[in-house]
Amino acid sequence: MISRLFSFHGGVKPDTHKSESAEAPIRPAPLPDMLAVALRQNARAAARCVVAAGDRVLKGQCIGTAEGPHGTAVHAPTSGTVRAIGTHPIAHPSGLDTHCVLIEPDGRDEWIARAPFDYRRAPRARALAFLRDAGIVGMGGAAFPSHVKLGTGSGIDTLIINGGECEPWITCDDRLMRERADGIMAGARILLELAGARRIIVGIEDDKPAAIASMRAAAAALDVPAEIVAVPSIYPSGGEKQLIRVLTGIEIPHGQPGFEYGVQCFNVATALAVHRAVAFGEPLISRIVTFTGNVVHPGNYEVLIGTSIEALASLARVRADTERFILGGPMMGFALPDLRVPILKGSNCVIAAPPGLFPPREPELPCIRCGACARACPVDLQPFELYWHARSRNFGKAQAYHLFDCIECGCCAFVCPSHIPLVDYYRFAKSEIWARERDQQAADASRERFEFRNFRQTREKQEKATRLAAKAAETQAALASKAPTTGAPAAGADAEDPKKALIAAALARAKAQRAAAVPKNAEIDTLSPEKQAEIAAIEARRKRLGADQDPR
Amino acid sequence: MLSALLVMTGIALVLGAALGYASIRFRVDGDPLVEKIDAILPQTQCGQCSYPGCKPYAQAIANGEADINQCPPGGEDGIRALADLLGREFKPLSEAHGIEKPKAVALIDEPACIGCTLCIQACPVDAIVGAAKQMHTVVIPLCTGCELCIAPCPVDCITMEPVRETLENWKWKYPAIEIGKAA
Repeated sequence: MISRLFSFHGGVKPDTHKSESAEAPIRPAPLPDMLAVALRQNARAAARCVVAAGDRVLKGQCIGTAEGPHGTAVHAPTSGTVRAIGTHPIAHPSGLDTHCVLIEPDGRDEWIARAPFDYRRAPRARALAFLRDAGIVGMGGAAFPSHVKLGTGSGIDTLIINGGECEPWITCDDRLMRERADGIMAGARILLELAGARRIIVGIEDDKPAAIASMRAAAAALDVPAEIVAVPSIYPSGGEKQLIRVLTGIEIPHGQPGFEYGVQCFNVATALAVHRAVAFGEPLISRIVTFTGNVVHPGNYEVLIGTSIEALASLARVRADTERFILGGPMMGFALPDLRVPILKGSNCVIAAPPGLFPPREPELPCIRCGACARACPVDLQPFELYWHARSRNFGKAQAYHLFDCIECGCCAFVCPSHIPLVDYYRFAKSEIWARERDQQAADASRERFEFRNFRQTREKQEKATRLAAKAAETQAALASKAPTTGAPAAGADAEDPKKALIAAALARAKAQRAAAVPKNAEIDTLSPEKQAEIAAIEARRKRLGADQDPR
Repeated sequence: MLSALLVMTGIALVLGAALGYASIRFRVDGDPLVEKIDAILPQTQCGQCSYPGCKPYAQAIANGEADINQCPPGGEDGIRALADLLGREFKPLSEAHGIEKPKAVALIDEPACIGCTLCIQACPVDAIVGAAKQMHTVVIPLCTGCELCIAPCPVDCITMEPVRETLENWKWKYPAIEIGKAA
């Protein structure tokens, strides 16, 4: 039993707006006309495409294999025909394109052969590879590959299942916990064994009593210690590190994996995906997406990965006066540049923003150093310091103030009385620093290549020099051995001037070669015998003349 | 008196020996300043600075022969970093040495390539592959955009293509500063 809960610094309490979408049960979204499955499902790695345009694929068939340490596979969400593999816009603040596999569903929804995976019998490495090839990634938003998070299989004591869902508007995890608690707990049980953990703690914000009750019932049936804990609803208590801190009191430093501190955290939807993969052999091909805001039917939809947001929008019946669409929550999400973008494994919520609800950002005013941001920051940073340094492009200083500890939760911007888009500055600074690091790495690599090229050139020059010297010595030796037979005077002259002898020998060689060469003419075979005879006569005359006039 | 002299001489000898040893043991080969400057330079080896490579330019800066604003690929950021390192004032890029351009990589128009290998010999980082009378091609991730391969090409089949923005190299923009409405 957890004797007490811990707390984290700061946090905010925005209006939750969860009731709009939380009451309706999860509805399956119908098959769309076209699916665009992105080969890159997260920022870290893209899968290698293994299908070609025109191929017929079955539901659950692997269309992209995992590449790199953070790679995971992607699968066809339904049966159909691959129409194209090309660039397609995806849900990313840049609005840029990435490689997607476009699949036209055939409506039959035909599965590949599925088989459960006996993870208890298989060696641990195989089990992790199974999760990777089933395309299991964190479904809370960042889509971090789950097999990487499971660590080495030892050292993890507590497995935390994240049912926090602290962002306003989003209710997909809430509905999932209410409706599929058994599956989630079964998945948590598998993760517990793979992580080598001893107990499960599920953290759920206390504004979801129905989800807590349903999860408690599912946990009671489990044969391992599992506890459902209601945590206070303070944004961002559903953040991974914040939830770990609230439940266990452990603070994980930036850039370090949780398993080194004895805890690891997985989202509830990830746990369910693990259960579906292990127990039924179903790869991750669908997820629950909350569609809410200015729509007639707000609610949660079970959506195939690759379904366009446009198709979802017509399903939820978006009202005409919607200004823009936000992917993710209002705190951390971003406005979609394009509605054709497909749902990714990490897309949890689409908000149709009505005119009144999200008023245009007020003009940025100067920072008045009130310190409200520092009081709100859940990771104990000094957001105003970071802001000044990021704004003046003083990135080294920003890093010294632990810019990379920032989880971009948006609490500071939420409370800022000057309406400064603080997180935008941090994101700008972070991506600038990353770009510089990339440039530095590229420069170091080119320096190394340049130095190696110089080394190679000197080596080649040396090798050539030695080769030539050896050859010259050889020729000289040959001449010296020949000299006695050609006569005494010539030998004497050669001995005085070996260079001259070398030149004379080379000239003789060249002359012999010239004499041996027969002029070639492609048409000579097609000429009549008279013409050939004429040519032969001319050649003979030329030879005679040449012999007369040859100065040598 | 004598003992004091002996003690002082002894200390002097011991310390002198220690210093002498340290100067051999901890000897620094090369000029660390040149290395530091070289680390800032972009390593394109393009020669636009009028020195035959980044290292010679770094050496020239360290010797006080060259100014810090002669490197167009390093751009303004590079000049700033050099100014910081050397404690000098920032100055804009010297126009005589070129202008700052967005990063580009060389692209060979492969059907037009005659396989002369001149560009391969010109490339300072061995980023072009090919053989005599065979088509050549640029290994894009290795190309530094130095443009040294363009001049030797006898058929002018090499062009510089700006690097496309992808999800990997995309950057968040500087937040636009909205000017507050006048009261």
